[in-house]
Amino acid sequence: MNNQNLTHYLYGLADNALILGQRLSELCGHGPTLETDIALTNIALDLLGQTRSYYQYIANLSHENLSEDDVAFLRKEHEYRNVLLVEQPNADFAYVITRQYFFDVFHFLMLEKLQNSKDLNLKAIAQKSIKEVSYHKRFSGDWLKRLGDGTELSQEKVQNAVNDLWVFTNELFETSKADQTVLKELQIESPETFKSDYYKIISSTLEEAKLNVPEVTYFQEGGKQGIHSEHMGYILADMQYMQRTYPDMKW
Amino acid sequence: MSAKEIKNLEDIFEAKIARDEKIEPKDWMPEKYRKTHIRQISQHAHSEIVGMLPEGNWITRAPSLRRKVALLAKVQDEAGHGLYLYSACETLGISREELYEQLHSGKAKYSSIFNYPTLTWADIGAIGWLVDGAAIINQVPLCNTSFGPYARAMVRVCKEESFHQRQGYEIMMTLCNGTQEQKDMAQDALNRWWWPSLMMFGPTDDESTHTEQSMKWKLKRKTNDELRQQFIDQTVPQADILGLKVPDEDLKYNNETGHYDFGEIDWSEFWQVVKGHGKCNKERIKARKEAWHNGEWVREAAMAYADKQDKRTTKQTG
Repeated sequence: MNNQNLTHYLYGLADNALILGQRLSELCGHGPTLETDIALTNIALDLLGQTRSYYQYIANLSHENLSEDDVAFLRKEHEYRNVLLVEQPNADFAYVITRQYFFDVFHFLMLEKLQNSKDLNLKAIAQKSIKEVSYHKRFSGDWLKRLGDGTELSQEKVQNAVNDLWVFTNELFETSKADQTVLKELQIESPETFKSDYYKIISSTLEEAKLNVPEVTYFQEGGKQGIHSEHMGYILADMQYMQRTYPDMKW
Repeated sequence: MSAKEIKNLEDIFEAKIARDEKIEPKDWMPEKYRKTHIRQISQHAHSEIVGMLPEGNWITRAPSLRRKVALLAKVQDEAGHGLYLYSACETLGISREELYEQLHSGKAKYSSIFNYPTLTWADIGAIGWLVDGAAIINQVPLCNTSFGPYARAMVRVCKEESFHQRQGYEIMMTLCNGTQEQKDMAQDALNRWWWPSLMMFGPTDDESTHTEQSMKWKLKRKTNDELRQQFIDQTVPQADILGLKVPDEDLKYNNETGHYDFGEIDWSEFWQVVKGHGKCNKERIKARKEAWHNGEWVREAAMAYADKQDKRTTKQTG
């Protein structure tokens, strides 16, 4: 296995977890109830835990004596491979839940495939993570239904979020040439194979939540190629602040 | 109820406390006991929730993944403490909405320490070490307090707080073993958090209004000044190990008493912050109010959905 390709593929997995975990951690202490505050923080903790597993694996693959923190904090914006969906701001609780559900369903289906990977590290990470993600999916899916089938106001807000975030879903399935090589070598099914399942699941939940499936003629993409939204620079400015201001120190 | 009957209930109640038995929510209790407990437990719950804010301020900027995860988990623990304490308080016949309303209107207080800003990463270490350290000293005796739900909540709270304190001290230790810049950061944090931490034990005994009654109900077992002295005696040697200087010129070990003598606390600063004029009083309450108001439509949606689900179930089974 070519380490460079594998590292590139792993960034695609890990950076999604990192950036979504970072976004969710902004909300800690500001949730609509204590119970949801605790639950969202739990999800952030799970995602950051998964991030660490991937980054430690990447650090082990490198010959430069990298640490998980070098990988997390010291890359340039264009080197992060997360999708645009996870960088979207916490505009309100409807956006937070919708972003989460759109990601969770994908994440779950992807981990199902990853569990059968020939790479034992990935297999182990996937087996641990899928238990966590099945809970995330239940939490965000239940809330989507509560908001969609709650009050007129909540329905309006969550429908807006669905409409705005829908355009970012297609990018979840994008694979680069290097990704494809890795998928093939490790015998992991490509995301393309579960794309129709993904949209079926989402559409059926939206229907149950009394929400409309948006009709769009185009999708947004670029994150996976390192071309991010304007939000990303600010996320990194916060996240990298200490490592950039005080380089080469132990914390 | 006749005066004699009330007297009888009071006698049973006092005897129970004297025997170190717990008072449970359904037991008869004097109105003053109920009110004092609502006041103290809610103040404690509010402190946990407001206390999430200064530390939450550093989650997105934590310097390593390990520190980020630990801080996130710590702040989440505080939300958990708030949750048990609000629940304990609710057993005394007050709703969470009413309790929040009291916090938002300024009627209820929370610990003044959280009105100080967290300016550097070292503040996260100093809060864990000093603020959680002071909180533990205040709280450990509460594990044996007379009101059952409060005492049981405190057992768990104290276990977690002691973990947080070690975590805070470990952050300080790492900084003090680091570069000069990191040591300076640690010293600066100690300089800013030392005196406010001493103030966490409340006014001196001759100024404190609630002590006597609270002692009787085992809401308090030692006086403010005794607890403060215990904190100083315990913390100064820890600062020595870190190689940091406690910002008090009058601090000196007294061989005769076996305690540290310390300088005069600036009580005008304490009262200024209690009265709402600390650096962050306004921001803290604003953040809490915003979270509550922004969440209103979410809570309403959840209630409306639950109602609809109930009706659907009734229809199916009926």
